[in-house]
Amino acid sequence: MTQPFYVSPEQLMKDRADFARKGIARGRSVIVVGYRGGIAFVTENTSRALHKISEIYDRIGFAAVGKYNEFENLRVAGVRYADLRGYSYDRVDVSARGLANAYAQTMGAVFTTESKPLEVELAVAEVAATQAGDQIYRLGYDGSVAEEPGFVVMGGAAERLGALVREEWTEDLTLAEVLGLAVRVLGAGEEEDGSADRVLAPASLEAAVLDRHRPRRAFQRLSVPALTDLLPGAEQK
Amino acid sequence: MTAEFGDRLPAAFSRPGSSSFVDFLADHAPNLLPGRGPAPIGSVETPHATTIVALTYDGGIVMAGDRRATMGSTIAHRKMEKVFSADDYSAVGIAGTAGVAVELVRLFQLELEHFEKIEGTLLSLEGKANRLATMVRAGLPMALQGLAAVPLFGGYDELRSEGRIFSYDVAGGRYEEQDFHAIGSGSVHARGSMKKLWAPGLGAEEAVRTAVHALIDAADEDSATGGPDVARGIYPIVAVVDSGGYRRVSDSDLAAVVRAITMGGDQS
Repeated sequence: MTQPFYVSPEQLMKDRADFARKGIARGRSVIVVGYRGGIAFVTENTSRALHKISEIYDRIGFAAVGKYNEFENLRVAGVRYADLRGYSYDRVDVSARGLANAYAQTMGAVFTTESKPLEVELAVAEVAATQAGDQIYRLGYDGSVAEEPGFVVMGGAAERLGALVREEWTEDLTLAEVLGLAVRVLGAGEEEDGSADRVLAPASLEAAVLDRHRPRRAFQRLSVPALTDLLPGAEQK
Repeated sequence: MTAEFGDRLPAAFSRPGSSSFVDFLADHAPNLLPGRGPAPIGSVETPHATTIVALTYDGGIVMAGDRRATMGSTIAHRKMEKVFSADDYSAVGIAGTAGVAVELVRLFQLELEHFEKIEGTLLSLEGKANRLATMVRAGLPMALQGLAAVPLFGGYDELRSEGRIFSYDVAGGRYEEQDFHAIGSGSVHARGSMKKLWAPGLGAEEAVRTAVHALIDAADEDSATGGPDVARGIYPIVAVVDSGGYRRVSDSDLAAVVRAITMGGDQS
């Protein structure tokens, strides 16, 4: 039997990270962004059944990029985690922080112990009574967690699009304004002069909000007609 | 269980195939399922919930329950709630041992919400009714020890565009009821009352009046059923479920209905 080649731990981790990062960058971006009345989730997704954005619990939403089967599995685990927590204690005892922790442990464990890391990146957001209490967590394929102030852009050309959102975003935007911003950013091409920009039609978007003012279950999907109403400029540009 | 939260989520959390929270509990934390573990030996005296009525009308159902819980001849609670929304399009009322019944409702509500979140769509009304039957049957060992609870379930069936009512027995038998039904200690009197007052083609307001009337009649004859307590401002819980979803009738509306019935000016 031949001796296997020695691979340094640094190299091993780097290879895994490169592999995961490549998988994640292949898909389309998701933007999670706070506004005055809550938190909005927007992505380009023509499917009406295979969601990248969904409800986890009363005040908690979920968004993901990467491989569908992998993040769907994590989503279901998150719903089970939250429902079990709420059933054992009380509904108010389910927090995004706890869920982000559970996800981080799971993704970190897969990254170091299994043969293939998860090719996904997640965002977990919780809406509070006031905007100052809102939380948005970003979870990396290796189990890294970061609480992001205001907004998160994941997947695809995340860094470039993130910079575009940072230029324009302020915390007192309205829902229509953040949706407009998110759709503009998602359609932004690589050319500086805007020649490669696309205009995304409401039908090609998947969008949802965690509305601060809704009682109990804050999560609500935005249908195509609702999006069309909220994005009046979409057709003209 | 808490120790597991600090670490990687156990395999049961990501096992594919089931959209049922009850199945997940049975798999991962069976100790949390109601009615598990050894049934109590001997008898305990526990609060009992009493009369629930439900009736269909043109376009939906009305479900109503009195507010009294009794323990033997004592009134255990005056303001107990026994009618709940199971989800946006259905209501569930309970009679029997209060502790067991409330736990059953809590788990049932969660079961429906859990399915909705995982599947992205609501269960059919028939599916909900069947699910509840399975959960009632799981409580049979407790029922044999005297801790029995039975629900009355009703909702708006979006596939048929009409309201439907289902009753259950402790063994999980599920029966679809026509027109109206009542459960609990005052059910005989309530059913008699509805037999006279119910008619096909009722409107929502008349249906609410009929339900409240039936509860008043039951409270007249049955000591375990509490009538509307005008002095304390305690009114029955009355829920209407139609194509617009579940809504509770406000106390001020009920006060007017009760006044009309007890003043004798109204025999609907």
